[in-house]
Amino acid sequence: MIWKTIKVGFHRLGSPASFYRFSTLVSPWLWAGFALCTAIGIYYALYVVPPDYQQSDSFRILYVHVPSAWQAMAGYVVMSILAAIALIWRIRMTEIMAMMCAPIGAAFTAICLATGSIWGRPMWGTWWEWDARLTSMLVLLFIYLGIMGLYAAFDDRRKGARVACILILVGLVNIPIIHFSVEWWTTLHQGKTIRIFGESSMHYSMMPPLIWMTIAVKLMFGAALLDRSRNELLTQDRRKGWVQKKLKSQGVS
Amino acid sequence: MTPTRKKRLAVVSLLVLGVGSATAIALVALNDNIRFSIGPSEIIAGDFPEGRQLRLGGLVAAGSVSRDPSSLAVSFQVTDCIHEVPVTFNGILPDLFREGQGVIAHGMLNADGVFHAHEVLARHDETYMPPEVERAMALAGSGLVCGEPLEDHLATVRGQNR
Repeated sequence: MIWKTIKVGFHRLGSPASFYRFSTLVSPWLWAGFALCTAIGIYYALYVVPPDYQQSDSFRILYVHVPSAWQAMAGYVVMSILAAIALIWRIRMTEIMAMMCAPIGAAFTAICLATGSIWGRPMWGTWWEWDARLTSMLVLLFIYLGIMGLYAAFDDRRKGARVACILILVGLVNIPIIHFSVEWWTTLHQGKTIRIFGESSMHYSMMPPLIWMTIAVKLMFGAALLDRSRNELLTQDRRKGWVQKKLKSQGVS
Repeated sequence: MTPTRKKRLAVVSLLVLGVGSATAIALVALNDNIRFSIGPSEIIAGDFPEGRQLRLGGLVAAGSVSRDPSSLAVSFQVTDCIHEVPVTFNGILPDLFREGQGVIAHGMLNADGVFHAHEVLARHDETYMPPEVERAMALAGSGLVCGEPLEDHLATVRGQNR
């Protein structure tokens, strides 16, 4: 029964007009949640959490760096699932959403690399080193940019999306490499601090902002994905009946 | 699922699996080139490319740091708790450099067994804690012993606090 409702819901979302309605309704709430969580997270990160025993206040940049890194990778997994659905079922809406994941993921990857670099200069003594973690993360950025470029290179949007979806699935191999790079090889980058199973090597007093910021970027990813997909859909369908009708009802012609 | 979709699903799975195994094989083959640094034990055992720049990773041995008062020259021992390699360096050390800290020295090993570094990086471990906690741990009389896994260490400290 519940399964059926979910299934019908997904099928509905596949139709452009209902996706438009759904995303218009949901994305403002996601943005609001993002703003709230970020405000709480930043306040905790800058004013409540104690300084680190070795790095003092410099470590606070991790509250931006770590959630961005996680989201850059989680966003890629989401994009891959959408790409697989798009390739197998040829649902247009998932093609569009998969394509729209790329610029958001690229932005998070860039934030991760920039904040890591800024932290690395005083702490490690270098802006950049070609170790396995840093290099694989840079490769992730290039894959994201490649997907965007490939999609844009085709005049036929659907064809471009399908080709780019294949590239997405090829690039998926990089995600476990990034994740395990600090365990498989000796790297300059430190190992895992936060563990889902077992104890984390971070004192509990430093955890709350990390949790708030992680939720915040997840909401932001969702909101940006819905907004971008809606815009792309409107651009592609601008001459179609349902868009024209929408425009007329809002007094634009 | 229709036959066409089943076929597409098979192709997609094969693509992911194929790329995955090809990459895995390549990475295993390149394993030695991907490691960022080598340890003192490997140096002692002679397991390193000779006459080439390399990165030596390990901990700064306690009590081994000596600075030249009139210049930036500094010398210290890098240890992995089994073997030690003497390192000399002339330059500015990163903020996190201290005895017991993980470091990576980039340079060359001389014939006399001294590692001449032209760059020293601090390697931060994955532990984050407030200074009070660190002080409490020190008061409990259990500084992190070289080579002891952090989990065991924390368990000991928690046991003493109880």
